[in-house]
Amino acid sequence: MAGEGVPAAATAATASAAGGTLLACPDCDLLQRLPPLPLHHAACCARCRAPLCRHKPDSLERTLALALAAAILLLIANLVPMLGLSVAGREAFTTVLGGVIAMWREGSQVVAMLVLFAAVIAPALEIGCLLLVVLAVRRPPAPHWVATLLHGYEFVREWSMIEIMLLGVLVALIKIAELATVIPGLALFVLGSLVFLLAAMAAAFDPRVAWQRIEWAAGGAAGGAEAMR
Amino acid sequence: MNSAGASALSQGCAGCEVCGLVVRLPVPAGAASCPRCGERLHGRRPASIERTWALTIAALLLYIPANLLPVMTTNTPLGAVSDTIMQGVVELWSPTSWPLAIVVFVASVTIPLGKLIALAYLLLTVQRGSVRSNEQRVRLYRLLKFIGRWSMLDVFVDTFVVALIQLQPLMWVEPGAGVIYFAAVVVVTMVAVNSFDPRLIWDLPQQEKQAHG
Ligand SMILES: [Zn+2]
Repeated sequence: MAGEGVPAAATAATASAAGGTLLACPDCDLLQRLPPLPLHHAACCARCRAPLCRHKPDSLERTLALALAAAILLLIANLVPMLGLSVAGREAFTTVLGGVIAMWREGSQVVAMLVLFAAVIAPALEIGCLLLVVLAVRRPPAPHWVATLLHGYEFVREWSMIEIMLLGVLVALIKIAELATVIPGLALFVLGSLVFLLAAMAAAFDPRVAWQRIEWAAGGAAGGAEAMR
Repeated sequence: MNSAGASALSQGCAGCEVCGLVVRLPVPAGAASCPRCGERLHGRRPASIERTWALTIAALLLYIPANLLPVMTTNTPLGAVSDTIMQGVVELWSPTSWPLAIVVFVASVTIPLGKLIALAYLLLTVQRGSVRSNEQRVRLYRLLKFIGRWSMLDVFVDTFVVALIQLQPLMWVEPGAGVIYFAAVVVVTMVAVNSFDPRLIWDLPQQEKQAHG
Protein backbone atom coordinates (compact mmCIF):
# COMPACT_ATOMS: atom_id res chain seq x y z
CA MET A 1 0.00 0.00 0.00
CA ALA A 2 2.79 2.39 0.87
CA GLY A 3 4.77 1.46 -2.24
CA GLU A 4 5.86 4.11 -4.68
CA GLY A 5 6.16 3.52 -8.38
CA VAL A 6 9.74 3.08 -9.45
CA PRO A 7 10.21 3.37 -13.21
CA ALA A 8 11.85 0.10 -14.09
CA ALA A 9 14.21 1.43 -16.72
CA ALA A 10 15.41 4.32 -14.56
CA THR A 11 17.57 1.88 -12.71
CA ALA A 12 18.17 -0.39 -15.68
CA ALA A 13 21.90 0.28 -15.90
CA THR A 14 22.60 -0.83 -12.35
CA ALA A 15 20.08 -3.64 -12.61
CA SER A 16 21.65 -5.43 -15.53
CA ALA A 17 24.93 -5.53 -13.63
CA ALA A 18 23.11 -6.92 -10.61
CA GLY A 19 21.18 -9.40 -12.81
CA GLY A 20 17.65 -8.03 -12.68
CA THR A 21 14.80 -9.82 -14.47
CA LEU A 22 14.22 -9.06 -18.11
CA LEU A 23 10.58 -8.34 -18.93
CA ALA A 24 8.42 -6.90 -21.67
CA CYS A 25 5.64 -4.53 -20.62
CA PRO A 26 2.29 -6.26 -21.28
CA ASP A 27 0.71 -2.93 -22.31
CA CYS A 28 3.40 -1.39 -24.53
CA ASP A 29 5.97 -4.17 -25.15
CA LEU A 30 8.89 -2.07 -23.86
CA LEU A 31 11.78 -4.37 -23.04
CA GLN A 32 13.23 -3.50 -19.66
CA ARG A 33 15.29 -4.95 -16.86
CA LEU A 34 13.62 -4.99 -13.50
CA PRO A 35 15.93 -4.42 -10.54
CA PRO A 36 15.33 -6.41 -7.35
CA LEU A 37 12.59 -4.38 -5.66
CA PRO A 38 13.10 -2.83 -2.24
CA LEU A 39 10.59 -3.78 0.46
CA HIS A 40 6.99 -2.60 -0.19
CA HIS A 41 7.92 -0.95 -3.46
CA ALA A 42 6.17 -1.36 -6.79
CA ALA A 43 7.60 -1.02 -10.28
CA CYS A 44 5.81 0.47 -13.24
CA CYS A 45 6.68 0.60 -16.92
CA ALA A 46 9.10 3.40 -17.77
CA ARG A 47 7.15 4.25 -20.93
CA CYS A 48 3.43 3.70 -20.30
CA ARG A 49 3.32 3.50 -16.49
CA ALA A 50 1.60 0.13 -16.48
CA PRO A 51 2.02 -1.51 -13.08
CA LEU A 52 4.59 -4.26 -13.62
CA CYS A 53 5.02 -5.83 -10.24
CA ARG A 54 5.05 -5.16 -6.56
CA HIS A 55 7.20 -6.50 -3.78
CA LYS A 56 4.91 -8.68 -1.70
CA PRO A 57 6.50 -10.07 1.45
CA ASP A 58 5.47 -13.62 2.50
CA SER A 59 3.22 -13.79 -0.56
CA LEU A 60 2.57 -17.54 -0.47
CA GLU A 61 1.76 -17.82 3.24
CA ARG A 62 -0.50 -14.77 3.28
CA THR A 63 -2.31 -15.87 0.11
CA LEU A 64 -2.87 -19.33 1.61
CA ALA A 65 -4.38 -17.90 4.81
CA LEU A 66 -6.63 -15.46 2.93
CA ALA A 67 -7.73 -18.08 0.39
CA LEU A 68 -8.69 -20.52 3.16
CA ALA A 69 -10.75 -17.83 4.89
CA ALA A 70 -12.37 -16.84 1.58
CA ALA A 71 -13.29 -20.48 0.83
CA ILE A 72 -15.08 -20.77 4.15
CA LEU A 73 -16.94 -17.48 3.67
CA LEU A 74 -17.99 -18.39 0.13
CA LEU A 75 -19.42 -21.69 1.40
CA ILE A 76 -21.40 -19.94 4.14
CA ALA A 77 -22.58 -17.20 1.77
CA ASN A 78 -24.14 -19.79 -0.51
CA LEU A 79 -25.83 -21.81 2.23
CA VAL A 80 -27.59 -19.16 4.30
CA PRO A 81 -30.41 -16.82 3.18
CA MET A 82 -29.35 -13.55 1.58
CA LEU A 83 -32.55 -11.54 1.29
CA GLY A 84 -35.99 -11.90 2.79
CA LEU A 85 -39.27 -10.33 1.82
CA SER A 86 -42.28 -9.85 4.03
CA VAL A 87 -45.58 -8.74 2.54
CA ALA A 88 -49.17 -9.27 3.65
CA GLY A 89 -48.15 -11.84 6.24
CA ARG A 90 -46.10 -13.89 3.78
CA GLU A 91 -42.35 -14.28 4.02
CA ALA A 92 -40.02 -15.38 1.25
CA PHE A 93 -36.26 -15.84 1.45
CA THR A 94 -33.74 -16.30 -1.29
CA THR A 95 -30.09 -17.31 -1.50
CA VAL A 96 -27.68 -16.51 -4.33
CA LEU A 97 -28.62 -19.85 -5.92
CA GLY A 98 -32.30 -19.00 -5.37
CA GLY A 99 -31.84 -16.05 -7.73
CA VAL A 100 -30.31 -18.33 -10.35
CA ILE A 101 -33.13 -20.88 -9.98
CA ALA A 102 -35.83 -18.18 -10.25
CA MET A 103 -34.25 -16.80 -13.41
CA TRP A 104 -34.04 -20.33 -14.87
CA ARG A 105 -37.68 -21.11 -14.05
CA GLU A 106 -38.92 -17.81 -15.42
CA GLY A 107 -37.45 -18.58 -18.81
CA SER A 108 -34.06 -16.81 -18.90
CA GLN A 109 -31.80 -19.86 -18.78
CA VAL A 110 -28.88 -18.11 -20.47
CA VAL A 111 -28.94 -15.26 -17.96
CA ALA A 112 -29.34 -17.76 -15.10
CA MET A 113 -26.17 -19.58 -16.22
CA LEU A 114 -24.28 -16.30 -16.51
CA VAL A 115 -25.30 -15.24 -12.98
CA LEU A 116 -24.39 -18.71 -11.67
CA PHE A 117 -20.99 -18.45 -13.29
CA ALA A 118 -20.18 -14.87 -12.24
CA ALA A 119 -21.54 -15.09 -8.69
CA VAL A 120 -20.78 -18.69 -7.65
CA ILE A 121 -18.63 -20.76 -10.02
CA ALA A 122 -16.01 -18.13 -10.94
CA PRO A 123 -15.39 -17.02 -7.33
CA ALA A 124 -15.17 -20.69 -6.28
CA LEU A 125 -12.69 -21.42 -9.08
CA GLU A 126 -10.76 -18.24 -8.28
CA ILE A 127 -10.29 -19.33 -4.67
CA GLY A 128 -9.84 -23.03 -5.52
CA CYS A 129 -7.20 -22.49 -8.21
CA LEU A 130 -5.21 -20.14 -6.03
CA LEU A 131 -5.37 -22.51 -3.03
CA LEU A 132 -4.06 -25.41 -5.12
CA VAL A 133 -1.35 -23.26 -6.74
CA VAL A 134 -0.11 -21.91 -3.42
CA LEU A 135 -0.10 -25.38 -1.85
CA ALA A 136 1.57 -27.01 -4.87
CA VAL A 137 4.44 -24.53 -5.16
CA ARG A 138 5.48 -24.94 -1.53
CA ARG A 139 7.86 -27.70 -2.60
CA PRO A 140 9.44 -26.56 -5.89
CA PRO A 141 9.57 -27.58 -8.63
CA ALA A 142 5.80 -27.84 -8.85
CA PRO A 143 4.42 -30.15 -11.58
CA HIS A 144 3.34 -28.56 -14.82
CA TRP A 145 -0.44 -28.84 -14.22
CA VAL A 146 0.03 -26.00 -11.72
CA ALA A 147 0.80 -23.72 -14.68
CA THR A 148 -2.59 -24.56 -16.19
CA LEU A 149 -4.28 -23.74 -12.88
CA LEU A 150 -2.44 -20.44 -12.63
CA HIS A 151 -3.51 -19.56 -16.16
CA GLY A 152 -7.09 -20.49 -15.26
CA TYR A 153 -6.91 -18.30 -12.17
CA GLU A 154 -5.97 -15.23 -14.22
CA PHE A 155 -8.89 -15.87 -16.58
CA VAL A 156 -11.52 -16.55 -13.95
CA ARG A 157 -10.60 -13.50 -11.86
CA GLU A 158 -12.16 -11.14 -14.40
CA TRP A 159 -15.46 -13.07 -14.42
CA SER A 160 -15.74 -13.37 -10.65
CA MET A 161 -18.18 -10.57 -9.84
CA ILE A 162 -19.19 -10.82 -6.19
CA GLU A 163 -18.75 -7.08 -5.58
CA ILE A 164 -20.97 -6.25 -8.57
CA MET A 165 -23.59 -8.77 -7.47
CA LEU A 166 -23.61 -7.20 -4.02
CA LEU A 167 -24.27 -3.75 -5.48
CA GLY A 168 -26.98 -5.34 -7.66
CA VAL A 169 -28.61 -6.83 -4.57
CA LEU A 170 -28.54 -3.41 -2.92
CA VAL A 171 -30.31 -1.82 -5.90
CA ALA A 172 -32.86 -4.68 -6.02
CA LEU A 173 -33.42 -4.19 -2.30
CA ILE A 174 -34.23 -0.51 -2.75
CA LYS A 175 -36.49 -1.22 -5.72
CA ILE A 176 -38.46 -3.72 -3.67
CA ALA A 177 -38.49 -1.65 -0.47
CA GLU A 178 -41.43 0.41 -1.71
CA LEU A 179 -43.53 -2.69 -2.28
CA ALA A 180 -42.68 -4.82 0.72
CA THR A 181 -40.54 -5.05 3.85
CA VAL A 182 -37.08 -6.32 3.00
CA ILE A 183 -35.14 -8.38 5.53
CA PRO A 184 -31.37 -8.49 4.96
CA GLY A 185 -30.04 -12.01 5.50
CA LEU A 186 -26.76 -13.24 6.98
CA ALA A 187 -25.31 -14.01 3.54
CA LEU A 188 -25.43 -10.33 2.67
CA PHE A 189 -22.91 -9.53 5.41
CA VAL A 190 -20.80 -12.60 4.66
CA LEU A 191 -20.61 -11.55 0.99
CA GLY A 192 -19.66 -8.03 2.06
CA SER A 193 -16.67 -9.40 4.01
CA LEU A 194 -15.84 -11.76 1.14
CA VAL A 195 -15.42 -8.80 -1.24
CA PHE A 196 -12.65 -7.40 0.94
CA LEU A 197 -11.12 -10.83 1.52
CA LEU A 198 -10.97 -11.57 -2.23
CA ALA A 199 -9.34 -8.19 -2.88
CA ALA A 200 -6.77 -8.85 -0.14
CA MET A 201 -6.14 -12.36 -1.51
CA ALA A 202 -5.47 -11.09 -5.03
CA ALA A 203 -3.26 -8.31 -3.64
CA ALA A 204 -1.23 -10.74 -1.51
CA PHE A 205 -0.56 -13.17 -4.34
CA ASP A 206 2.59 -12.62 -6.39
CA PRO A 207 2.35 -14.69 -9.60
CA ARG A 208 6.07 -14.18 -10.29
CA VAL A 209 6.97 -16.16 -7.17
CA ALA A 210 4.67 -18.99 -8.26
CA TRP A 211 6.00 -19.07 -11.85
CA GLN A 212 9.56 -19.34 -10.58
CA ARG A 213 8.62 -22.52 -8.74
CA ILE A 214 6.77 -24.29 -11.55
CA GLU A 215 8.42 -26.89 -13.77
CA TRP A 216 9.05 -25.71 -17.33
CA ALA A 217 6.90 -27.05 -20.12
CA ALA A 218 9.22 -27.79 -23.01
CA GLY A 219 12.75 -27.06 -21.95
CA GLY A 220 13.18 -24.67 -24.86
CA ALA A 221 12.48 -27.21 -27.61
CA ALA A 222 9.19 -25.59 -28.63
CA GLY A 223 9.54 -24.38 -32.21
CA GLY A 224 12.88 -22.67 -31.71
CA ALA A 225 11.62 -20.38 -28.96
CA GLU A 226 14.23 -19.82 -26.30
CA ALA A 227 14.04 -17.93 -23.05
CA MET A 228 16.13 -14.81 -22.54
CA ARG A 229 17.52 -13.86 -19.18
CA MET B 1 22.19 -7.08 -24.51
CA ASN B 2 21.46 -3.46 -25.16
CA SER B 3 17.74 -2.86 -25.57
CA ALA B 4 16.89 0.32 -23.70
CA GLY B 5 13.80 1.98 -25.16
CA ALA B 6 13.07 -0.81 -27.64
CA SER B 7 9.96 -2.94 -27.87
CA ALA B 8 10.40 -6.67 -27.39
CA LEU B 9 9.10 -7.38 -30.91
CA SER B 10 11.68 -5.09 -32.53
CA GLN B 11 14.36 -7.16 -30.74
CA GLY B 12 12.90 -10.39 -32.12
CA CYS B 13 11.39 -11.54 -28.88
CA ALA B 14 8.09 -11.49 -27.02
CA GLY B 15 6.91 -11.40 -23.45
CA CYS B 16 4.69 -14.43 -22.78
CA GLU B 17 1.17 -13.15 -22.15
CA VAL B 18 0.53 -15.83 -19.54
CA CYS B 19 3.68 -16.11 -17.45
CA GLY B 20 5.65 -13.00 -18.48
CA LEU B 21 8.80 -14.83 -19.59
CA VAL B 22 10.70 -13.00 -22.33
CA VAL B 23 11.31 -15.44 -25.15
CA ARG B 24 13.25 -15.13 -28.41
CA LEU B 25 10.89 -15.82 -31.31
CA PRO B 26 11.95 -18.30 -34.02
CA VAL B 27 13.48 -16.49 -36.99
CA PRO B 28 11.21 -17.70 -39.80
CA ALA B 29 8.06 -16.59 -37.97
CA GLY B 30 6.05 -19.67 -37.10
CA ALA B 31 4.22 -21.42 -34.33
CA ALA B 32 6.10 -21.18 -31.06
CA SER B 33 5.10 -21.84 -27.51
CA CYS B 34 6.46 -20.53 -24.25
CA PRO B 35 9.07 -22.91 -22.84
CA ARG B 36 7.93 -22.18 -19.29
CA CYS B 37 4.12 -22.23 -19.36
CA GLY B 38 3.53 -23.92 -22.71
CA GLU B 39 1.13 -21.28 -24.04
CA ARG B 40 1.23 -20.14 -27.67
CA LEU B 41 3.57 -17.17 -28.13
CA HIS B 42 2.66 -14.17 -30.22
CA GLY B 43 4.64 -11.03 -30.94
CA ARG B 44 1.19 -9.47 -31.28
CA ARG B 45 -2.13 -11.25 -30.81
CA PRO B 46 -3.13 -12.69 -34.22
CA ALA B 47 -5.91 -10.80 -36.05
CA SER B 48 -6.41 -8.62 -32.99
CA ILE B 49 -7.84 -5.67 -34.93
CA GLU B 50 -10.22 -7.73 -37.09
CA ARG B 51 -11.47 -9.74 -34.13
CA THR B 52 -11.98 -6.64 -31.95
CA TRP B 53 -13.84 -4.85 -34.77
CA ALA B 54 -16.15 -7.84 -35.28
CA LEU B 55 -16.94 -8.05 -31.57
CA THR B 56 -17.44 -4.28 -31.26
CA ILE B 57 -19.92 -4.23 -34.15
CA ALA B 58 -21.72 -7.29 -32.76
CA ALA B 59 -22.02 -5.56 -29.38
CA LEU B 60 -23.35 -2.39 -31.03
CA LEU B 61 -26.08 -4.41 -32.78
CA LEU B 62 -26.99 -6.19 -29.53
CA TYR B 63 -27.07 -2.83 -27.72
CA ILE B 64 -30.22 -1.80 -29.65
CA PRO B 65 -32.59 -4.60 -28.52
CA ALA B 66 -30.92 -4.47 -25.08
CA ASN B 67 -32.24 -0.95 -24.64
CA LEU B 68 -35.55 -1.20 -26.54
CA LEU B 69 -36.86 -4.50 -25.14
CA PRO B 70 -38.17 -4.73 -21.56
CA VAL B 71 -35.82 -6.26 -18.97
CA MET B 72 -38.61 -7.14 -16.59
CA THR B 73 -42.39 -7.43 -16.46
CA THR B 74 -44.34 -6.87 -13.25
CA ASN B 75 -47.62 -8.79 -13.13
CA THR B 76 -50.50 -7.91 -10.81
CA PRO B 77 -54.20 -8.84 -10.96
CA LEU B 78 -54.70 -5.43 -12.59
CA GLY B 79 -52.39 -6.17 -15.49
CA ALA B 80 -48.75 -6.32 -16.55
CA VAL B 81 -46.21 -3.49 -16.70
CA SER B 82 -42.94 -3.87 -18.63
CA ASP B 83 -39.80 -1.86 -17.95
CA THR B 84 -36.80 -1.26 -20.15
CA ILE B 85 -33.40 -0.47 -18.61
CA MET B 86 -34.00 3.26 -18.95
CA GLN B 87 -37.47 3.03 -17.37
CA GLY B 88 -35.90 1.09 -14.49
CA VAL B 89 -33.47 3.96 -13.92
CA VAL B 90 -36.31 6.52 -13.99
CA GLU B 91 -38.30 4.48 -11.47
CA LEU B 92 -35.33 4.28 -9.15
CA TRP B 93 -35.06 8.07 -9.17
CA SER B 94 -36.42 9.37 -5.86
CA PRO B 95 -35.31 11.88 -3.20
CA THR B 96 -33.56 9.08 -1.28
CA SER B 97 -32.32 6.65 -3.92
CA TRP B 98 -31.17 8.95 -6.72
CA PRO B 99 -27.46 8.15 -6.14
CA LEU B 100 -28.22 4.51 -6.96
CA ALA B 101 -30.19 5.60 -10.02
CA ILE B 102 -27.07 7.39 -11.23
CA VAL B 103 -24.91 4.31 -10.53
CA VAL B 104 -27.30 2.09 -12.52
CA PHE B 105 -27.48 4.63 -15.36
CA VAL B 106 -23.69 4.85 -15.57
CA ALA B 107 -23.20 1.07 -15.37
CA SER B 108 -25.99 0.13 -17.79
CA VAL B 109 -26.07 2.95 -20.33
CA THR B 110 -22.91 5.06 -20.19
CA ILE B 111 -20.29 2.34 -19.71
CA PRO B 112 -21.43 -0.02 -22.53
CA LEU B 113 -21.85 2.81 -25.02
CA GLY B 114 -18.65 4.55 -23.90
CA LYS B 115 -16.81 1.25 -24.23
CA LEU B 116 -17.94 0.80 -27.83
CA ILE B 117 -16.96 4.37 -28.77
CA ALA B 118 -13.60 4.03 -27.01
CA LEU B 119 -12.87 0.69 -28.70
CA ALA B 120 -13.71 2.15 -32.12
CA TYR B 121 -11.41 5.09 -31.35
CA LEU B 122 -8.53 2.80 -30.31
CA LEU B 123 -9.00 0.59 -33.38
CA LEU B 124 -9.14 3.54 -35.79
CA THR B 125 -6.05 5.24 -34.36
CA VAL B 126 -4.10 1.96 -34.45
CA GLN B 127 -5.17 1.30 -38.05
CA ARG B 128 -4.08 4.81 -39.03
CA GLY B 129 -0.71 4.16 -37.42
CA SER B 130 -1.13 7.14 -35.11
CA VAL B 131 1.82 7.86 -32.84
CA ARG B 132 0.17 10.65 -30.87
CA SER B 133 -1.12 10.51 -27.28
CA ASN B 134 0.00 6.89 -26.86
CA GLU B 135 0.04 7.20 -23.10
CA GLN B 136 -3.54 8.51 -22.94
CA ARG B 137 -4.72 5.77 -25.30
CA VAL B 138 -3.15 2.97 -23.26
CA ARG B 139 -4.62 4.55 -20.12
CA LEU B 140 -8.04 4.53 -21.83
CA TYR B 141 -7.53 0.82 -22.60
CA ARG B 142 -6.71 0.06 -18.96
CA LEU B 143 -9.82 2.01 -17.87
CA LEU B 144 -11.98 -0.08 -20.25
CA LYS B 145 -10.57 -3.29 -18.83
CA PHE B 146 -11.20 -2.11 -15.28
CA ILE B 147 -14.74 -0.72 -15.50
CA GLY B 148 -16.25 -2.97 -18.20
CA ARG B 149 -17.40 -5.71 -15.85
CA TRP B 150 -19.50 -3.28 -13.78
CA SER B 151 -22.08 -3.21 -16.58
CA MET B 152 -23.20 -6.60 -15.31
CA LEU B 153 -24.92 -4.69 -12.47
CA ASP B 154 -28.35 -4.58 -14.14
CA VAL B 155 -28.30 -8.34 -14.81
CA PHE B 156 -27.89 -8.96 -11.08
CA VAL B 157 -30.56 -6.37 -10.19
CA ASP B 158 -33.08 -8.06 -12.50
CA THR B 159 -32.18 -11.52 -11.20
CA PHE B 160 -32.80 -10.68 -7.56
CA VAL B 161 -35.95 -8.64 -8.20
CA VAL B 162 -37.33 -11.64 -10.12
CA ALA B 163 -36.22 -14.05 -7.39
CA LEU B 164 -37.87 -12.11 -4.57
CA ILE B 165 -41.09 -10.91 -6.12
CA GLN B 166 -42.81 -14.23 -6.68
CA LEU B 167 -46.01 -13.62 -4.73
CA GLN B 168 -48.52 -15.27 -7.05
CA PRO B 169 -51.32 -14.35 -7.53
CA LEU B 170 -50.73 -11.00 -5.80
CA MET B 171 -47.68 -9.85 -7.70
CA TRP B 172 -44.85 -11.51 -9.57
CA VAL B 173 -42.01 -10.36 -11.77
CA GLU B 174 -40.75 -12.06 -14.91
CA PRO B 175 -37.51 -11.32 -16.75
CA GLY B 176 -37.98 -9.69 -20.16
CA ALA B 177 -36.24 -10.51 -23.43
CA GLY B 178 -34.01 -7.43 -23.04
CA VAL B 179 -31.96 -9.03 -20.23
CA ILE B 180 -30.48 -11.65 -22.57
CA TYR B 181 -29.42 -8.99 -25.09
CA PHE B 182 -28.07 -6.77 -22.36
CA ALA B 183 -26.07 -9.63 -20.79
CA ALA B 184 -24.77 -10.44 -24.26
CA VAL B 185 -23.62 -6.81 -24.74
CA VAL B 186 -21.66 -6.97 -21.49
CA VAL B 187 -20.03 -10.32 -22.28
CA VAL B 188 -19.21 -9.43 -25.90
CA THR B 189 -17.68 -6.05 -24.97
CA MET B 190 -15.58 -7.70 -22.26
CA VAL B 191 -14.30 -10.24 -24.79
CA ALA B 192 -13.72 -7.42 -27.30
CA VAL B 193 -11.54 -5.47 -24.86
CA ASN B 194 -9.57 -8.64 -24.13
CA SER B 195 -9.02 -9.36 -27.82
CA PHE B 196 -7.53 -5.91 -28.41
CA ASP B 197 -3.74 -5.92 -28.15
CA PRO B 198 -2.67 -2.66 -26.41
CA ARG B 199 0.91 -3.14 -27.66
CA LEU B 200 -0.34 -2.19 -31.15
CA ILE B 201 -0.80 1.39 -29.88
CA TRP B 202 2.98 1.75 -29.59
CA ASP B 203 3.97 0.15 -32.87
CA LEU B 204 5.38 2.50 -35.46
CA PRO B 205 3.83 2.13 -38.93
CA GLN B 206 7.04 0.75 -40.48
CA GLN B 207 7.48 -1.73 -37.64
CA GLU B 208 4.22 -3.46 -38.49
CA LYS B 209 5.51 -4.62 -41.88
CA GLN B 210 8.42 -6.53 -40.42
CA ALA B 211 6.42 -7.83 -37.48
CA HIS B 212 6.89 -11.40 -36.43
CA GLY B 213 3.80 -13.66 -36.20
ZN1 LIG C 1 4.60 -0.18 -20.77
